[in-house]
Amino acid sequence: MDKSALSLKVDSQKFLHRNEFVGHVFAAPFVFGFICFSLIPILTSLYYSLTNYSMMTKGQPDFIGIKNYLNLFQDEIFVKSIGVTLKYVFISVPLKLAFALFVAYLLTRKSRLVTLYRSLYYIPSLVGGSVAVTLVWKQLFARKGLFNALMVNLGLDAINWFGDKNLALYPLVLMSVWQFGSSMIIFAAGLKEIPESYYEAARIDGGNGLQIFLRITLPCLSPIILYNLIMQTISAFMAFTQAYIITGGGPDNGTMMYALYVYLHAIKYGNMGYACAMSWFMLVIMSIITLIIFKTSKAWVFTEAD
Amino acid sequence: MKTTKSIKKIAYHFFVVAFGFLMVYPVLWMVSGSFKGNAEILRGGLNLIPKELKSSNYATGWKGFSGITFSTYFWNSLWITLLATLGTVVSSALVAYALSRIRFKGRKFWFTCMIATMLLPGQILMVPSFLIWHKLGLVGTYVPLILPYFCGQAFFIYQMMQFMAGIPRELDAAATIDGCSKYGIFFHVILPLLKPSIVTTVIIQFYWKWDDYMGPLLYLSDPKKATASLAIKMFADSASTTDYGAMFAMSTISLIPVFLIFLFFNRYLIQGIGTSGLKG
Repeated sequence: MDKSALSLKVDSQKFLHRNEFVGHVFAAPFVFGFICFSLIPILTSLYYSLTNYSMMTKGQPDFIGIKNYLNLFQDEIFVKSIGVTLKYVFISVPLKLAFALFVAYLLTRKSRLVTLYRSLYYIPSLVGGSVAVTLVWKQLFARKGLFNALMVNLGLDAINWFGDKNLALYPLVLMSVWQFGSSMIIFAAGLKEIPESYYEAARIDGGNGLQIFLRITLPCLSPIILYNLIMQTISAFMAFTQAYIITGGGPDNGTMMYALYVYLHAIKYGNMGYACAMSWFMLVIMSIITLIIFKTSKAWVFTEAD
Repeated sequence: MKTTKSIKKIAYHFFVVAFGFLMVYPVLWMVSGSFKGNAEILRGGLNLIPKELKSSNYATGWKGFSGITFSTYFWNSLWITLLATLGTVVSSALVAYALSRIRFKGRKFWFTCMIATMLLPGQILMVPSFLIWHKLGLVGTYVPLILPYFCGQAFFIYQMMQFMAGIPRELDAAATIDGCSKYGIFFHVILPLLKPSIVTTVIIQFYWKWDDYMGPLLYLSDPKKATASLAIKMFADSASTTDYGAMFAMSTISLIPVFLIFLFFNRYLIQGIGTSGLKG
C-alpha cells in the first residue's frame, strides 16, 4: 500500500511537473497580454488619477491626491453623463433582451426556413456597429429623415430628434435594441435545450401558453438570461461610436455618454489625470452593478440542481 | 382542421418575413441610397427603388478625399482585420486549451483573471493603454491595433472553453495511450474538433475588428493610414455639403467583406454558438 502510494506520488509529481510547463506554454499569450494590456494599464491609471497629468503641458505630473475625484462631483457635465449613461443602459438592455427572447421564441418552430430567418434577423447585429450604418441611422432620424416621413404619413407631426435634449437619446437606444442578434442566437440555443417532456407534462396539467412560458421557459432559460444580461450591460456601458458619430454628445449634453466624455477629456483636452479618475470611478460603478446582478441572480436563476 | 393549420403556418411565415424585412430595411435603404442623387436622399423618401439609377456615386466616392482613394482605406482595414482575427483565433485556442484541459498550478488563478478581463469594460483601459502606447512611441502605428489580439481575447477564450468542455476527455486519454504528448493532443485531437468554435470566432472577431472605430480613432491620425471606418466618417465630414450618395456607396462597399464572411460561414455561427451552449 505504502509503496504503491509512494510510486503513485512520484508519478503524479512528474506528471504535475510536466503539466505545469505545458500549461504555462499554452497560457503564455494570455499571461503576457493580461499583464501588459490589462494589469499595468489599470495600475498606471490608478496612479495617474491621483496626479494632474496633462498632455498639454510638459514636465512631470504633480501628485494631487484625490483632488480629481473631488472635482468629478463639481463637474456638471460629468454628473450628467452618468445620468445619461444609466438611462441608456436601463432602457436599452431590458428592451434588447426582451426583444431578443421574443424573436428567439418566434423562431423555435420546426421548419427548414428557421435557420434562414435567424440569419436574416442577425443582420442588424452584423452591420449595426459599423460607422456606415451609424451614419445611415443619423440620416433615418434626421429632420427630413425616413422616420419622420413615416410619422407624417401616419398623420403625426415630424419630430426634431437630435435637436431636443430629452429625445436625442432614444434613437441611440433604438439602435442598440435593433442589434439584438447575438443575444437572440444564445437564447435560441438555450430554448433548444429545454426538454420537450417538460412542456408535455405542463400541457397535461392544463397549463396555457403564457403559464408554460412563465413557469417553464423562463426558469429554464434563467442562466442564459443572466449571461446575456451581464454581457449586454457591460457593452451598453461602453457605448461610444453611436454617440460620437451621431450626436457628438449634444444637444446640451443630452447624449453625453460616459465613454465619450472620458474620450473628450483625454484626447481632446489632454486631461489624462482627470480622465483616469473618471475611468476608475466607472470601474467601481460597473463592479458594483455587476456584483448586484450576480448577488440577486441567486434568487432568480435556477440551476439543474434545484 | 388541416386548412386552419396551414393558414396559421402561412400567417407565421408571412409575419416573420415581413418583420425581418422591417429589421433589415435601414440596410436596404442604405444600398438603395448609394444609387440615388443627393436631392432624393435628403427628401427622405421611404422608397427603395431610386427614381433614376445613379451609379456614378461609386466612382465619386472611390476617389476619396485629399488625394487618397478608398483602395488605401479598404486595404488598410483588410490587413489589420485579417491579422487581428488570425491572432485572436490562434492565441485564444491555445489559452482555452491550457485552461480547460491541462491541470497546472495557477490554472484557477489565470481563469479568474480571464473572467475578470471579460467583465472589464474596455473603455476603462482606453486612457491608460493610450498613455502606455504613447510612452512607447507607438501611437500612430498599427501595433496597438494588432498586437493585443495575439494575446488571447477573453470572450473567445471563454467560448472555446465552453466548446472544449463538450469534447470527451476519453479522446485525450486514448491519444495519450497512443503516445501522444499534450502538444500533440492539441494539434491532432482538439484543434480539428474545435472547428465550429473557430469559425464562430472568425466571423465575430472579423466584423468587430472591421467595424472598430474607436481603436483607429485613438491611434491613427495620419489619413494615409486610416481604416475604412475612419475614412467614411472623415468623408462625411470632409466637404461642406456632404455627398450622401457617395457616402452611402462607400458605406455599402465597406459592408461587403462582412457580408461575404457571414454568407460563407453563417451556418456555423447559427449552430456554433448553439453547440457551445452555456451551462452553469
